[in-house]
Amino acid sequence: MKTLLACPHCDLLQYETSLPPQATARCARCAAPLYRRVKSGHERTLAYVAAAAVCFVLANVFPLVALEASGQRNSTTLLGAIADLLGQDMELVAGLVFVTIWLAPLLQLAGLAYVLLARLQARRAAAEIVVLRLLAAIRPWSMVEVFVLGTLVALAKLVHMAQVVPGVALWSLAGLMGLLAAALNTFDEHAYWRTAAGADAGDAPAGAVRAE
Amino acid sequence: MTGAPHAVTAAQLGLASCHDCGLVQRLGGADQGRCPRCHALVTLRKPNSLTRTWAFLIAAVLLYPLANLLPIMHSGTLFSAQDDTIMSGIAYLWETGSWPLALVVFVASVLVPLLKIIALAWLALSVGRRAKRRRHERTRLYRLVELVGRWSMLDIFVVTLLSALVQLSSFAQVTVGPGAPAFAGVVVLTMLAAHSFDPRLIWDNAGRDD
Repeated sequence: MKTLLACPHCDLLQYETSLPPQATARCARCAAPLYRRVKSGHERTLAYVAAAAVCFVLANVFPLVALEASGQRNSTTLLGAIADLLGQDMELVAGLVFVTIWLAPLLQLAGLAYVLLARLQARRAAAEIVVLRLLAAIRPWSMVEVFVLGTLVALAKLVHMAQVVPGVALWSLAGLMGLLAAALNTFDEHAYWRTAAGADAGDAPAGAVRAE
Repeated sequence: MTGAPHAVTAAQLGLASCHDCGLVQRLGGADQGRCPRCHALVTLRKPNSLTRTWAFLIAAVLLYPLANLLPIMHSGTLFSAQDDTIMSGIAYLWETGSWPLALVVFVASVLVPLLKIIALAWLALSVGRRAKRRRHERTRLYRLVELVGRWSMLDIFVVTLLSALVQLSSFAQVTVGPGAPAFAGVVVLTMLAAHSFDPRLIWDNAGRDD
């Protein structure tokens, strides 16, 4: 039994075929990536998620950067910088920064852990479908990597006026950036959808279109 | 590559694919339905795609001058005060010898938002006129716009950090200026515009040989 796919970018109908490891299936007409076969296993992705979670905690506990000039030392944490924006009546900007570098990555990690821990025990989490949809919706708004680059630019601007001391949280954020990307890269959404509750093999959900 | 015997789209066969989980399904004559697998709202195309894209784009265009002309950052020392716009911040990086970073910020903060607005306007216009040419290029352009849009948030993060670090100390103080919310608005609005645009519209009047 073959499964029909419609390209999300040009709507071309095509059959799903099995892929060699590490390959990506692309639309035959517009070349949009359709699905991948990732070298995964729930354990591998979960390991990335766990390491990323440690980085997330460290990034919140320790100062991000410290500034030293004329005997004064001034340092800030991730949430401290956001609280500072609130103090300047910049609620809108504060909200956006909070969502993109704190809430979205945290929800991604929590969501991945929720789905993966259940799958590791060969069961499906009760809210798996909701969480899978949430993960896809959050992805464009999670911007840890942009923030890490922003930190470098800010440091480059400050080195001319003060002694700059990168903090533990900065390295942790860089780690979070890499590990979160690795977790998402080894997380095969397509495979999870295929096997999500209500889509068991041979038991196509009502309305689904399959071809013999 | 997956096999494609003929260029037949899902819509031509009365099929819709779920935007959330990709399941191809029959809508049964209705405009919309619920995906049997993930319960998301399923429509043939994103609802009111062009209208929503234009609405977000026009809002972004209106905010764009404010984002660039208003100071994004105010810095003061005991002896001087200075307002910085996006461009003057880039000029500062350039003059102090960090030209690779100046280039990065210029691309992320100036070039990307501008090109993004132009690209989405072109895409929306060409779909509105049912243009037949350059479908491949337009689809690729859409993917690029979706991919790079988020990097424009760079400057917002930079001023957030600068203002948090250089606070009420004896040597200087940096506060975030009114240009920052305007600029953040442009970034969010263009991301929403890109999200509202349905690239399948580019292909909807394509023939079999296209």
